[in-house]
Amino acid sequence: MGRRGVPGHNPAPGSRGVSESGLAEVILAVENISLSFGVMKVLDNISFDIRRGEIRSIIGPNGAGKSSMLNVINGFYHPQQGSITFKGATRRQMAPQVAASQGIARTFQNIALFKGMSTLDNIMTGRNLKMKTNLFWQALHIGPARAEELENREAAEKIIDFLDIQAIRKKPVGKLPYGLQKRVELGRALAAEPELLLLDEPMAGMNSEEKEDMCRFVLDVNSEFGTTIALIEHDMGVVMDLSDRVLVLDYGKQLADDVPDKVRANQKVIDAYLGVPHE
Amino acid sequence: MDPTEQDDILDTFPKLLHSHVQLRPERDAIREKDLGIWQSWTWAEAAVEIRALACGLARLGLKRGEKLAIVGDNRPRLYWGMTAAQALGAVPVPLYQDAVADEMAYVLDNADVKIALVEDQEQVDKMLEVRDRCPKVEHIIYDETRGLRLYEHDFLHEFEKVQQDGIAFDHDHPDFYDREVALGKGSDVSIMLYTSGTTGNPKGVVLTNDNVIITARNGIIREGLTSNEEVLAYLPMAWVGDNLFSYAQSYVAGFCVSCPENPTTIANDLREIGPTYYFAPPRVYENMLTQVMIRMEDAAEIKRKMFHYFMEHARRVGVKILNREKVSLKDALLYRLGDILVYGPLKDVLGLRRTRLAYTAGEAIGPEIFDFYRSLGINIKQLYGQTECMVFICVQPDGEVYADTVGTPAIDVEIKIDDNGEIMYRSPGVFHSYYKNPESTASTKTEDGWVHTGDAGFFDEHNGHLKIIDRAKDVGKLTDGTLFAPKYIENKLKFFSFVKEAVVYGDGRDYSTAFINIDLDAVGNWAERRNLAYSGYIDLASLKDVYQLIKECVDKVNQDLSEDSRLANSQIHRFLILHKELDADDGELTRTRKVRRNYVGERYDVLVEALYSDKQQCHIETRVTFEDGRTGTLAADVQIWDAEVYPATILPREAAA
Repeated sequence: MGRRGVPGHNPAPGSRGVSESGLAEVILAVENISLSFGVMKVLDNISFDIRRGEIRSIIGPNGAGKSSMLNVINGFYHPQQGSITFKGATRRQMAPQVAASQGIARTFQNIALFKGMSTLDNIMTGRNLKMKTNLFWQALHIGPARAEELENREAAEKIIDFLDIQAIRKKPVGKLPYGLQKRVELGRALAAEPELLLLDEPMAGMNSEEKEDMCRFVLDVNSEFGTTIALIEHDMGVVMDLSDRVLVLDYGKQLADDVPDKVRANQKVIDAYLGVPHE
Repeated sequence: MDPTEQDDILDTFPKLLHSHVQLRPERDAIREKDLGIWQSWTWAEAAVEIRALACGLARLGLKRGEKLAIVGDNRPRLYWGMTAAQALGAVPVPLYQDAVADEMAYVLDNADVKIALVEDQEQVDKMLEVRDRCPKVEHIIYDETRGLRLYEHDFLHEFEKVQQDGIAFDHDHPDFYDREVALGKGSDVSIMLYTSGTTGNPKGVVLTNDNVIITARNGIIREGLTSNEEVLAYLPMAWVGDNLFSYAQSYVAGFCVSCPENPTTIANDLREIGPTYYFAPPRVYENMLTQVMIRMEDAAEIKRKMFHYFMEHARRVGVKILNREKVSLKDALLYRLGDILVYGPLKDVLGLRRTRLAYTAGEAIGPEIFDFYRSLGINIKQLYGQTECMVFICVQPDGEVYADTVGTPAIDVEIKIDDNGEIMYRSPGVFHSYYKNPESTASTKTEDGWVHTGDAGFFDEHNGHLKIIDRAKDVGKLTDGTLFAPKYIENKLKFFSFVKEAVVYGDGRDYSTAFINIDLDAVGNWAERRNLAYSGYIDLASLKDVYQLIKECVDKVNQDLSEDSRLANSQIHRFLILHKELDADDGELTRTRKVRRNYVGERYDVLVEALYSDKQQCHIETRVTFEDGRTGTLAADVQIWDAEVYPATILPREAAA
């Protein structure tokens, strides 16, 4: 299958604000990305873009390459082919520290928190890049380091308030139920005040009430802070409700890229999910 | 009590507010934990906020006699909403914040609410959902802006914006606020509270300023409360008790009320505030005790032994010491030591270290639970009353506290028992009327001001305290004509920490039977310590060992009942453990968590019939409502067990001795 054009795709992303058609500027565009591990082709010539302020979902059956795509975006995997354009700067590949300092934050499919640390401390680690004072001042906890600590603590408290996790502020996250750990992880990602937030299956393993809460938080993050969100999710109901646009991958190939209603009706997508044999 | 001249003037809440601004402008009036820090407002600051809000409400068109609905957790801004409405002569109508939209629609419409002041997006969504059914609601004001930025409606207003407009309005009409406040009278309607309604639709209880303020003042006088009390406002604002303890008494005595950060942080906030004056329904005390016991079972051996040793000592002498009775020097010293090592730290963890006065009411409290707290030196007392009398008509006097009575009549309260055994009262707190419901008002309140409580009870011959048996209408008869008081039996069952709820049937039947809800925490912990695997509530509730555990509880209750000749025939013959927890969202409990026995009986009629057959098992499918309002089905095979029934005439304990 060849590469599909992306409707409304702008070849020079980042160079425009809201166009005449009412579309927001493109914050991130990936072009012709291919990624292999040895003979395994994980991503095959994938191109899509993410516009500022939208909720963009990537869906697909297991092993479709969804997490790999996020790993490419935040620089954890280096694709053999293609380019990534983030906020107007085109690169062959991202580096994790560049992604983080440029405003990309993420959560992980398998929770990656510091289990022995409290919720508050975990969220504070997300502020790491916002801290400017050096170790010397921080160790003494005086002068600018103190002011900075107060400022970061306030930011962390605002996130705790936002996510309604005041009751577990001082609890070690390792002891928390899974659903709450997921919420703390979202909190840590938010602490970096990202422009683009990558969420890798934020609702996996949750019951319907926890999912509902998480959906509300994702929508609130998007509308309150204007954060652009790229979301990987298995729950189709969630994806179709939340997303502005949906990218469908299957075996590393791009099956569809459209608004939820059209994706839902796309025969190729239905086949992929119902398991039509591949040639 | 002769009201002083000043009391005559201070007959409304806005006037009381003004008096505190004069008397103690710099003292804290209200506090709330926000972003991890306790933020306070002094009386002077609170008055400024309230004035701005009142003017804002006036600008939106709220007039004398009109209704302002208030929906949300306990927050300063919502409490200010009450005073602001009262300043305009309007009537605040607090609603239960966890009610689903349909329940709210009824109250909003019945109360003729004009403006709704709500906490957050969740509540705004509910209001929008029922808006077309409540055309009288003209404006909605919200406190928390999160998630609401994209909502664009003319009738939707942000709290701060309303205040800003209010300030501008105040600037243009400088006399307006003071003039409105001066117009208020003691006989004006102060608040409308909807009773939870164990039967039929909720009724709006109309209470005047005199009802609320005089009752609040009488309570303060009787217990010697001062402006130095610390109170945590954590019970629903729609409940009359919160209106008395966290609002009215604060305004009368001038003490500071603290609002928790979040409903889930209450235990922690309680510890930080350390209230001196505390109210909780029995289940809160039960939960606290269960938590303590669970944690102690998991504690290191030395701690556990120390805990049990000193608690045993406290059980023996603690209550006597609290009642200022004489104990031996050795016991007194040992109690002191226990206070340093166990009681003090324990009270600290519970947040009750500074508590001078704690109340409980609403349901009967288990004697063990009651004695546990009293033996720690916490002066916990029972009171009795209802919404229609502004919370209480009976309170236990200090030094005369018994687990099975509700005390003596409060100041200015007259109580009598009518021929059917129903308790009736007359007091300054007696409600004005049920809103738009003259028939109910007439059937509840007599011409000369006596109110039917609907409870059956009697005065104890020895100590003159009032004792409650059951709801008068729930007291029934078995087919052999003997007395059947279900609540009395249910309470006995609920005194076991393993039993969360019990529903007993027997009226018009040959014998009594029971539905049991196990306490997931307590039984779960018990099961874990015995290495019993279970996957959730349904699974745990169906385990044979759990049934055996509950059977032992039921057997003990039967043994108790067999000792009372009047109640021996209502021993429980058969019981089952329900496959789901009774839930207010399914209509099985009221919003104040009281079991709706008849509704539960209808909903599970298959199970009730099975209890009165010889079946050992019964299949049931139940529709359940999730928190988001969606429904699903729950199916289970429920076992039915027989309990031990004891002969009535022989008293086993005496026989053994």
